Amino acid sequence: MNLDIAILLIEDGLASGAIYVLMALGFVLVFNVTRVIFVPFGDLVSYAALTLASFQLQRTPGTIWLLVTLAALAILLEVLRLYRIGQFARLPRALVVWGVLPLLPVACTLLLDGFALPSYVAIPLTFALILPIGPLLYRIVFQPIANAPVLVLLMVSVALHFAVSGLALMYFGPEGMRTTPLVQGAFDLFGIAISASLLLIVGVAAALSIALLLFFRLTLTGKALLATASNREGARLVGIRTATTSAAAFLVAGIIATVAGVLISPMTTIYYDTGLIVGLKGFVGSVAGGFVSYPLAALGGVIIGQVESFSSFYASAFKEAIVFAAVIPVILARWLWASNAHIEEHDEE
Amino acid sequence: MSAFLDVADVSVSYGKLNAVRDISFSLDQAQIVTIIGPNGAGKTTLLKALVGGLPSTGKVAFEGHDISRLEPEERAECGIFLVPETRALFADMSVYDNLILGGYIRWRDRAGIAHDLDQVFGLFPRLAERRTQQAATLSGGERQMLALGRALMGRPKLLMLDEPSLGLAPIVVREIFKIIAGLRSHGVTILLIEQNARAALETADVGYVLETGEIVHRGEAKALLRDPRVLETYLGGSSQS
Amino acid sequence: MSAAAIRSLALAVICLAMLVAPAVLGDFSVTLLNYVAIYTLVALGLVLLTGCGGLTSFGQAAFVGIGAYATAYLSTTLGLSPWLGLVAALVLTSVTALIIGVITLHLGGHYLPLSTIAWGMAIYLLFGNFDFLGRYGGISNIPPVSLFGYRLEHMTQVYYLVWIAVGAALLVASNLLRSRQGRAIRALRGGEVLAECLGINPFKIRLFVFVLAAALAGLAGWLYAHMQKFVSPAPFDLRAGIEYLLMAVLGGSGYVAGAVIGAAAVALSKNWLQDLLPYVTANSGNLEIVVFGALFILLLQHSRGGIVPLVLRYLPQAARAPAVPHAPSADRLPVRTMPTAGQQLLVLKGVSRSFGGLIAVNDVSFSVNAGELLALIGPNGAGKSTTFNLITGVIPPTSGTISYGGRDLTGASPRVALAAGIARTFQHVKLRPAMSVLENVMLGAYSRSSSGFLAGALRLDRAEEAIVRAAALRQIARVGLAEQASTAAGNLALGQQRLVEIARALVADPSMLMLDEPAAGLRSREKAALAELLKAVRDAGTAILLVEHDMDFVMRVANRIVVLDFGKKLAEGAPEAIRKNPAVQEAYLGGVA
Repeated sequence: MNLDIAILLIEDGLASGAIYVLMALGFVLVFNVTRVIFVPFGDLVSYAALTLASFQLQRTPGTIWLLVTLAALAILLEVLRLYRIGQFARLPRALVVWGVLPLLPVACTLLLDGFALPSYVAIPLTFALILPIGPLLYRIVFQPIANAPVLVLLMVSVALHFAVSGLALMYFGPEGMRTTPLVQGAFDLFGIAISASLLLIVGVAAALSIALLLFFRLTLTGKALLATASNREGARLVGIRTATTSAAAFLVAGIIATVAGVLISPMTTIYYDTGLIVGLKGFVGSVAGGFVSYPLAALGGVIIGQVESFSSFYASAFKEAIVFAAVIPVILARWLWASNAHIEEHDEE
Repeated sequence: MSAFLDVADVSVSYGKLNAVRDISFSLDQAQIVTIIGPNGAGKTTLLKALVGGLPSTGKVAFEGHDISRLEPEERAECGIFLVPETRALFADMSVYDNLILGGYIRWRDRAGIAHDLDQVFGLFPRLAERRTQQAATLSGGERQMLALGRALMGRPKLLMLDEPSLGLAPIVVREIFKIIAGLRSHGVTILLIEQNARAALETADVGYVLETGEIVHRGEAKALLRDPRVLETYLGGSSQS
Repeated sequence: MSAAAIRSLALAVICLAMLVAPAVLGDFSVTLLNYVAIYTLVALGLVLLTGCGGLTSFGQAAFVGIGAYATAYLSTTLGLSPWLGLVAALVLTSVTALIIGVITLHLGGHYLPLSTIAWGMAIYLLFGNFDFLGRYGGISNIPPVSLFGYRLEHMTQVYYLVWIAVGAALLVASNLLRSRQGRAIRALRGGEVLAECLGINPFKIRLFVFVLAAALAGLAGWLYAHMQKFVSPAPFDLRAGIEYLLMAVLGGSGYVAGAVIGAAAVALSKNWLQDLLPYVTANSGNLEIVVFGALFILLLQHSRGGIVPLVLRYLPQAARAPAVPHAPSADRLPVRTMPTAGQQLLVLKGVSRSFGGLIAVNDVSFSVNAGELLALIGPNGAGKSTTFNLITGVIPPTSGTISYGGRDLTGASPRVALAAGIARTFQHVKLRPAMSVLENVMLGAYSRSSSGFLAGALRLDRAEEAIVRAAALRQIARVGLAEQASTAAGNLALGQQRLVEIARALVADPSMLMLDEPAAGLRSREKAALAELLKAVRDAGTAILLVEHDMDFVMRVANRIVVLDFGKKLAEGAPEAIRKNPAVQEAYLGGVA
């Protein structure tokens, strides 16, 4: 290997690493607030990329049918819940939150159906279509079992991934799609060529990470999310609606997934199941942070990007296997560290 | 009948075990009511059920409204706050953030929150000194102050305290009970669980004795303090000898 | 007809039905049943691993793959007998599981299941990338299994092979679960501390179950390869892994029968969906997985226990809980020689323990003599439970020394403490709620018995089991729960559960019994009975260290009292002296003013 190739590999690793950083942060966020290891997170990346690609191909993205189905289920559950606690006065609000809001972008999509949409319309519309999915999934799938053990939530999460990715296959078909690049060209930095798209990816990932940090530090909603993560019982006792903060965590995860989807879709062809692999690698990064630490999760994401990039050079057939095998030592190190800090004592019933 | 808080036939069961059986009582505004009883009698379970943290049967009415079906956060919005035995602080957040989040239900009232923050810091100067410190680094007494302060930030109408003296030095216990008595004079109604039965009964207006999930004695706190049966079991009657 | 007879009859009917099934059913149904059998083997491994042992694995499909590929490679490329393939499949899966297990089974919480996703993915990806395994094309032309020169070519012939394997596996698994080591497996879910305090080595047990589950998956892989005559990576991916887990959970992951029922339910409903969905949509293949995911979610949301417990609920009591056999008690377990009364037994010297900045136990010294009942009292948070945990080795002290019978126990594990003669109960009762009172108490004799896994699986342990059962029944009768011996422990009142813990501790034949709030939750008559029991135990030579809040109770039974306050020893002495001690009155008995 010479220096040029090494630089190329590093740049490649940085680009994918930036995506994994975002995914890792999302996993940590959702897990901290809700204790859910959000396996379908990666599927949202696929949905975002394929939705944008559909717009560019002037097709109707299948995402709208997902939204319609989920909104209908969520409203059904809300009606049942309000009936049970005898609070029908709250029905209009529930209808707006779980019905009108998610269906608004669906209506827009149907209205614009068949038009060639410029990026500045297609991308925001993609965001509007993907964002409601996270909170809807939470409302339908996780909220009814919010107090279940982490393991049950994990199993549900894995099952949900199969349902969501199966639907993606139905909506988008087995063939891959690729979007047109958002930026083109390259820069020269100290004699090293850096493509504009690399700069965009790393820049957006950094900006989003910092925005997340500020959100937690400066806003009451952000603090309420941290509080829910820190002590769920305490949060409820001061009147923080944990169902709302949990849904908010899924919403933020949706933003992250959409950003990731929009950023990677010009880089590589996206299939309905590409997201899972992207997500799992981000997830490996978050494991490095023990699902608790944001900076360590981000570091993990960067490292995974490099490991992947270099192993694709040395043993390209085994690059995925290497990345996943790398999880085990990371988990071990993480666990040793955690168990030194305190004695674990968990009863699982 | 419309008492401030009306508890009717509340039962809680874990699986097939009845932790709390058909508890009924009511309390008036600006009263301190204490529930005493041995470990395992179901005191903590009862409080958790009253804030909606545990599924229970029976009826709980607050200020005339049925709140039996409300979630804990909705009960907090009604003005019902619990300081649990575990304190349930946001351990990795600062003292300041913990207190600010205590005022979460009235987040629009910025001026009010700032005012109450000053009040809490006035009440517990130690918290003011440690406002940027992580809650996890506080001592037991400071944690209890923070938990109490956080609950006060929500301007509770009904404040439930689970073992506020737990693990505290006698001098701190005295301080805490002084504050509890002071809250009553500000119109706050207090439901207090204590294993330090004497201190609790001396501060309270009304007392209940809970045993294996049932109320076995009830009466004015001062009377219970002299009741030989209560003395024998819960006050270590021998301390009189 | 007795419950046992009904059971035997039902079993006979089922076996007969299985025997004639291929003659009655069409080829298609037989094929389906063969798949059910193969799934059952994998699901059975998960029942043992997840349902009983509390270890969730998403990666079992990878072990099936290892088994299938091992025999496929051996019987095609190397041209060896499929029976050698079986050996290779079992050895390779077991060794792989052993290696993975040694590395990952120390992991706690959700780290372990996460690691199963990781190695499950990695192994699956390897199948598709090795040239000698045919990459994603797989290996074809795998020969069928031959038995005495008779080739099991057709599905009806394979049928008997796979179902005999299933029958044997089910028998072994249910034997195992009823044995000494099986109880240990089921105790794992109660947490590390419980297992250690019962003298169980949790890591060893976990490793065994993990390897066993992998070997069952390997066996399934072997059968699969020779039935299909073709292997490719696809059936061994994460999706298959979760499907196996679904089978175990759906059937009822705590029950051996749950494996068969879950496997059958999944295979049949899959088949049913394949028939039905084409009428609904053109993309039926894709919808199948969606419906599956949705069903699994609904199952976990509404009935986490699975099908078996749902069915059991409607069966008569007798069928659920078999009567306790009254075993002969001629033989006895080895008995400990009790130390002579008055001899210093447990000695704590300057023991401290801090958590972070908080000092829970601060420079505490006291001793317990053989044949006495020492009570440890103090307000909540005074450090009593921490002291208990220090003595039993659940946590090591920060400083100071603990010795027992002249032997240094400082920093020793709970297993060492138990071996030295210390048995304990827990403030928060640690029983296995689904196991009967008898089984829970039998767990206490783990350290006094010796049957291994193999003896349990083959029921070579009957003699020892009878002795253990008799010993357990004696202690159950002693604490007054003889009537409830076959009741599930979780159905008892809290006070009675504490008594079960005492019986469990007594079965270990301790020279010192440590009781953490045994009287909490008892009514006054039960308290009096407990007091009598404790006196009797003490008079029989077992020292007792007692933590208790009920002062009356303490005063009635204690020979000596040690008072803790804020982690420090406040006073020590006879009950009367403690009662009159003003410092104790101030700290413990209340009085703020």
